[in-house]
Amino acid sequence: MIDFQTSPDRYRHWKLAFDGAVATLTMDVDPTSTLAPGYELKMNSYDLGVDIELYDAVQRLRFEHPEVRTVVMASANPKIFCAGANIKMLGVSSHGHKVNFCKFTNETRNSIEDASDNSKQKYLCAVTGTAAGGGYELALATDYIMMVDDGNTAVSLPEVPLLAVLPGTGGLTRVVDKRKVRRDLADIFCSIEEGVKGKRAVEWRLVDEVIPSSAFKDAVRKRAEAMAATSDRPTNSKGVVLTHPARTISDTAVTYPHLEITFDRDTRTAHITVKGPSAAAPSDLAAIHAQGVDFYPLALARELDDAILHLRANETTVASWVIRSQGDMDLVAGYDAVLQKHAGDWLVREVLLYWKRTCKRLDVTSRTLFALVEPGSCFGGFIAEILFAVDRSYMLDGTFEDSDLPAAKIRLSALNFDGLPMGNGISRIATRFLGEPDSVGKAKDTIGKDLDAAAVAELGLVTATPDDIDWDDEIRLVIEERAAFSPDSLTGMEANLRFAGPETMETKIFGRLTAWQNWIFQRPNAVGENGALKLYGTGKRAAYNQERV
Amino acid sequence: MSSINYAEKIPNNVNLSEDRKLQRALESWQPHYIDWWKEMGPEGTSTSEIYLRTAISAEPDGWAQFGHVKMEDYRWGIFLAPPEQDRKVNFGAHKGQDAWQEVPGEYRSMLRRLITVQGDTEPASVEQQRLLGQCCPSLYDLRNLFQVNVEEGRHLWAMVYLLHAYFGKDGREEAEEMLARRSGDPDKPRILGAFNEKTADWLAFFMFTFITDRDGKYQLCALAESGFDPLSRSCRFMLTEEAHHMFVGESGVGRIIERACQVMKENRTDDVRKFGVIDLPTIQRYLNFHYSVTSDLYGAEVSTNAATSYNMGLKGRYEETKIGDDHQLEQTTYSVLHPVNGGFQAIEVPALNALNERLRLDWAEDVAKGVERWNKIIAKHGIDFKLTLPHLAFNRAIGHFSDIAVDPQGKVISTEEFARRRDEWLPSQSDLAYVQSLMGGAVHKPGQFANWIAPPPRGINNQSVDFDYVRFA
Repeated sequence: MIDFQTSPDRYRHWKLAFDGAVATLTMDVDPTSTLAPGYELKMNSYDLGVDIELYDAVQRLRFEHPEVRTVVMASANPKIFCAGANIKMLGVSSHGHKVNFCKFTNETRNSIEDASDNSKQKYLCAVTGTAAGGGYELALATDYIMMVDDGNTAVSLPEVPLLAVLPGTGGLTRVVDKRKVRRDLADIFCSIEEGVKGKRAVEWRLVDEVIPSSAFKDAVRKRAEAMAATSDRPTNSKGVVLTHPARTISDTAVTYPHLEITFDRDTRTAHITVKGPSAAAPSDLAAIHAQGVDFYPLALARELDDAILHLRANETTVASWVIRSQGDMDLVAGYDAVLQKHAGDWLVREVLLYWKRTCKRLDVTSRTLFALVEPGSCFGGFIAEILFAVDRSYMLDGTFEDSDLPAAKIRLSALNFDGLPMGNGISRIATRFLGEPDSVGKAKDTIGKDLDAAAVAELGLVTATPDDIDWDDEIRLVIEERAAFSPDSLTGMEANLRFAGPETMETKIFGRLTAWQNWIFQRPNAVGENGALKLYGTGKRAAYNQERV
Repeated sequence: MSSINYAEKIPNNVNLSEDRKLQRALESWQPHYIDWWKEMGPEGTSTSEIYLRTAISAEPDGWAQFGHVKMEDYRWGIFLAPPEQDRKVNFGAHKGQDAWQEVPGEYRSMLRRLITVQGDTEPASVEQQRLLGQCCPSLYDLRNLFQVNVEEGRHLWAMVYLLHAYFGKDGREEAEEMLARRSGDPDKPRILGAFNEKTADWLAFFMFTFITDRDGKYQLCALAESGFDPLSRSCRFMLTEEAHHMFVGESGVGRIIERACQVMKENRTDDVRKFGVIDLPTIQRYLNFHYSVTSDLYGAEVSTNAATSYNMGLKGRYEETKIGDDHQLEQTTYSVLHPVNGGFQAIEVPALNALNERLRLDWAEDVAKGVERWNKIIAKHGIDFKLTLPHLAFNRAIGHFSDIAVDPQGKVISTEEFARRRDEWLPSQSDLAYVQSLMGGAVHKPGQFANWIAPPPRGINNQSVDFDYVRFA
């Protein structure tokens, strides 16, 4: 099992150091600590295990260190900043693992940009030694790239000439979209194995600055401090330590305090139940901070995040995730209200951003997502956002005959319209109603009101509202039908239908770059017996099928 | 074709005058080279006339002429060994195809890198040795130092020619950078580690030319096999010059040993320092240092790059065409020593990936022969002492031995023990200070030699030992 929970005391590959407003995150990969056998992580190359630690570090920097305003990404290897994803690892990994690995690394790079854009925790990359492939992509995720000018250190994306694949974590997109490198120069850059160093790297906008070795450390420090000065993060607040949520995993279920997954192996379904809060929301900001990691929305986000990652990596044959909620709508609304009220506070801001990122994880998950709104559910405000992240949602009209729970309701909040955008930059409701903008306004008018099935159907907020006579059959059929389809075509279909609306760097990375990469990853030119990825390191030359497709 | 045209600004045997573009490029590089030589070449020598050999032909017999020249006026030029009729690529995936007269597009960056790394070592060693003239032990040695220096300079020219002729703008930029990097400069270091070490005294210089220039020889031999014909021809001619450098090193250390042995015998003591000569244990520690640092120049024992450049046909093995195998190595393995559980184990790895190690072992064998010749000098004096080469895992900074600590006999020890006993095995601060203390004023009187080194048995080019090899203005 791949476990996504870790903590700094268990890191094998990264070192965190703190000095006032500046933290340094140093990559120092232990070649022997690999996630799987069959490869060594030489030259600061990484596998999923290295990236799990990176993600953990990025999360902890945000939550545990409000005082940190600039994070310097550095390398302990004097010759190689980072060589990117380990090629041998890619060579021995299944296609599914490669794809999931790239997805997670992409999400982590995006979360670095989110920290910088929205948490005002800026990232500075101090490139000493060559940053190749994924190593440069890591740098690209930061706000400012400083490179030592020692005649050797370069940045490069050698995937095409060397490996016959693409830089898989946003490299191509960020080079032209974020750093706005001219396309013809980018074309050259991506075609030369050894990359670009020195002054030219600055002229082409591949890095922001090059500095001689002897002045490098000071210059990085100065720049980090200047970046820190622009941040609004507090200097006198205490961080929230991210202790791990209690979790039990068995073949039939995964249980967290606020979330439960049960598996129906016959229909290849994971039933995910989100449990509402058990007590009223804290009355003021101090109480939220006092609750810290136990503050319900944070606790739920962490559990859902871990659950998504666990299911993606370890439950690959599950076809559908069926998400329900269970709890008191008024208590949820109370939490939703304090989230909005204190959105300016650094910690509450972090919680909202975390929920936003977790919903985005759902968006890019290659599983069919269903939501069921049943009596006893609590799809309100930020939890209701799940309804708009899924492929289809069903709400019971009325009650079940053998239950005395009242009919289900949905309650929208302002967060469903603003504050939890998708990767395309707009809300899920706006994306949903791209063809009927008026419907967004109509839905907005219901903020704070309990909506029954009839109202919800009228507003178009769910897919269908069967009554209890049809419910069981309807749901069973939907799930069984899904399990019968080709998982590949479903992944492709869902990924296309989910992202209507504007294109952003993020949607390009997940939609275009990833899709091309996943295609190339399947092709003999890369992974065939004589493909470049398979032959890398042997000295043997790849034989390409010259047909352009 | 092979005679050298001295009427031109840049002497050459490559018909430079017929390639105006290339000629212009090289002529614009030339003044930068001269500036570099003035700044970083041998210190304080601009007016001295040195008895140097200058290449006048690329034919094996009679390729050099000797005469007194100022180094700045030395005719650095571009000489390639004569072309071989119908030469083929002799190894790798392209084996049997015609050798390339132009750079194959797909191998451009790999080749440029190989040439740049080789080229960078040439000016680097000139920089490392630039102060040695001020403490030369004799005019004979001073002349040898300068001969080595001007020829390293010419080897830079050879590589720069290839960069200019075949790699366009990128090549010209690399050529400029060769003059911008500086040995030991933290901001602009030379590419390879050993070329950023100091060559502070003459023992270090002789060790360097004996051991590190011998690495140069093996690298040049491997490149002389290249399927890229101009590189092959350049390296073949450079090898004729390189032999003298190794002679300077081997005979230099040999004469220091000779002198130490004389003093040991005359005074019946091992403690020769009080007589102002260098003791054999210090020579052993220098040997350990230079041998291990130079071992690192071969790169990782198991290497993707080595496999790739071989398979591409760009860099072969030592005496590739004399080896009796398929010259493709796709199915063969090679035994490479690995550190395993506190010891060593020979592990079979694909032969293609083991090429660095293989070249290193060829070199090590050659070094060992030289050490045996030194031991004969010691034995001739009836002294019970043998110089030995340290274990190949000793004091390594590159490759899979870099993570372990090993004593010279090859016993794996703790890093603490290594740190504690380092000075038993490698030159200590006091060793270096002692040898430095011998490097007093330069000996400029013809036929005179510093106390710590024996005179050579014969002079250069049949001249006598007391010939005025260097004339000062």
